[in-house]
Amino acid sequence: MQRKPLFRPILLALILCGLAPGARAAGEGVDLMQRSWPENGPLGTFDRAAVQRGFQVYKEVCHTCHSLNYLAFRNLAALGFSDQELQAIAAGYKVPALDDEGQPIEREAKPFDHMPAPYANPAQARAANGGGLPPDLSLIVKAREDGLDYVYSLLHGFGDPPAGHQVPEGLHYNRYFPGGNIAMPQPLTDGQVTYADGTNASLDQMAADVTQFLHFVAEPKLEERKLTGLKAGIFLVVFAGVMLAYKRKTWRDLH
Amino acid sequence: MSVETSEPVFKNGVLRWVDARLPVLSWGYNEFMAYPAPRNLNYWWNFGSLAGFCLIVQIMTGLVLSMHYNPSAAGAFQSVEHIMRDVNYGWLLRYVHANGASMFFIVVYIHIFRGLYYGSYKAPRELLWMLGVVILLLMMATAFMGYVLPWGQMSFWGATVITNLFSAIPLVGEPIVTWLWGGFSVDDPTLNRFFSLHFVLPFVIVAVVFLHILALHQFGSNNPVGIDLTKTDKIPFHPYYTVKDLFGLSIFLIFFGFFVFYAPDFLGHADNYVPANPLQTPPHIVPEWYFLPFYAILRSTVFEKLFAPLALLGYVGIDAKLAGVLLMFSAIAVLFVLPWLDGSKVRSARFRPIYKWVYWLLLIDVVILTWVGGQVPTDRVVWIGQFAALYYFVHFLVIIPLLGKFERPRPLPESIGKPVLGRARLQPAE
Repeated sequence: MQRKPLFRPILLALILCGLAPGARAAGEGVDLMQRSWPENGPLGTFDRAAVQRGFQVYKEVCHTCHSLNYLAFRNLAALGFSDQELQAIAAGYKVPALDDEGQPIEREAKPFDHMPAPYANPAQARAANGGGLPPDLSLIVKAREDGLDYVYSLLHGFGDPPAGHQVPEGLHYNRYFPGGNIAMPQPLTDGQVTYADGTNASLDQMAADVTQFLHFVAEPKLEERKLTGLKAGIFLVVFAGVMLAYKRKTWRDLH
Repeated sequence: MSVETSEPVFKNGVLRWVDARLPVLSWGYNEFMAYPAPRNLNYWWNFGSLAGFCLIVQIMTGLVLSMHYNPSAAGAFQSVEHIMRDVNYGWLLRYVHANGASMFFIVVYIHIFRGLYYGSYKAPRELLWMLGVVILLLMMATAFMGYVLPWGQMSFWGATVITNLFSAIPLVGEPIVTWLWGGFSVDDPTLNRFFSLHFVLPFVIVAVVFLHILALHQFGSNNPVGIDLTKTDKIPFHPYYTVKDLFGLSIFLIFFGFFVFYAPDFLGHADNYVPANPLQTPPHIVPEWYFLPFYAILRSTVFEKLFAPLALLGYVGIDAKLAGVLLMFSAIAVLFVLPWLDGSKVRSARFRPIYKWVYWLLLIDVVILTWVGGQVPTDRVVWIGQFAALYYFVHFLVIIPLLGKFERPRPLPESIGKPVLGRARLQPAE
């Protein structure tokens, strides 16, 4: 077989090509905290209870400053909320509307509405946060390298700066934030929320829960994607087998 | 087994009637069914049809995506998320399309390197090869503009960096960039025209692919032995290669599917999930992986270190930026003239003892360039990049022409059935 030697180097080259984007600047060189996330892995699914708790953390803490523009209340149905529960959750928020005279009013939100943002516009958000703009969190898990571990770590990363590290006025030290100085003050402390399901609301628990919730918001189709992948994979393996057999049969008379 | 070249006879009367007046059916039959293909093609010859498959997948998924996409600076990012969340199977369409671009390039790069190994660019297939290079250029333009459409940070800044390359052109550079942008920065007009061009260029590619196939079928496919074959060494494309390519396709789809379903963002950049912000430059602007070797050549071209002598170009008005752009385009341009750089009459590397090694060096060199393109350009990276870039051109402009003169190829077999030196029976293609 003369063609064998071709195969491995090309495969190697391919893998290297694939890895190249992974070699993006790691930045600060701080190792993120690791955690095994239930939704990772080929058959991973969201931990519904954790994501629901994370929603509570988001509502009660993060939503004070951070919007979640791509989340519609109806999307929460995937977490196991019933229609009535969704109506009730939505009704807790006001959204702008027009009355019959065309005058701007506010009405109760419905499940088809998107989560209203805490600020009317970026300028207002900056003014309320000492010039810093709290980013929309809809895609934050996908918008950072190792987004799950990054968000989880960031929530843990507050503390006193190392000797010699100057934190400018109005900023806060966070060892996982690029540059180390973040405008956001430490958002979570032990016992910050009282979980409806009675789980102990430690900092670590809340950080993990809200990270999983934000992952759900960033990738609401994650479970469907992985399940479809499994079906497609089984089909393709069978299909490949049939094609190989058919190919051998077709070529037999040539050999 | 040889191929009968007789006209097909359609059993169906309607088909016969149509074909007598519009011979498109017999044309298709002759080109894609009866086409006499060498009997010894290995799986590296599968990548031509795989590339065609990729093109069709991109056009089909892209067509549906375009129905839901909004090409405006204000709405583009949002419409992409709308596709991901609210359009039925939108996530699948978008992930197939985004990863499909990478798959297309993987397939085409293998297709090109197959051509390099087996000398498929040599007479009489020079135009076939050059049309392939044209397709590559069109693919690059299309992929670049496609990456701008989601209007994320990397879209915006990638577009800014790459369009700015044209400002290196002396005298008219700046006006050309303004003209390309349709304004004084990358903005709404730029996005709109990129969308138009991204939609139309694939159909231009289809047209060139037809020319590519026309040129291919003029002399028939090259083969692993690289010699001209007689009729007796050819077999009809259908069923032999249709079924073989289908098997190859199913393996390729498993590879493709792995990325789509289990690592859909692996080949992209996290930054592109941040909406474009003209006021905030990302710390590290990197193009998509398939541009990295060329990006490495561009960025390694500074008038210092190994390339310090290039500073002489300054006397003819070529600064480092322009030199980099010229070198980057030359990296493709050398492929155009490769059939005339390579004077060796022997096609297949199997019978070229030195070229066989030089070929792998080139492949390693391109892998190194790919790596360099993705790195932050520290001193060490620039040194490596300059050596690798230099070697790329030395390969095509020095080594290849010299090999044509001095390499002593091994004797060629008379036919694929009769190998010389009794070195095993030559396998009739698996």
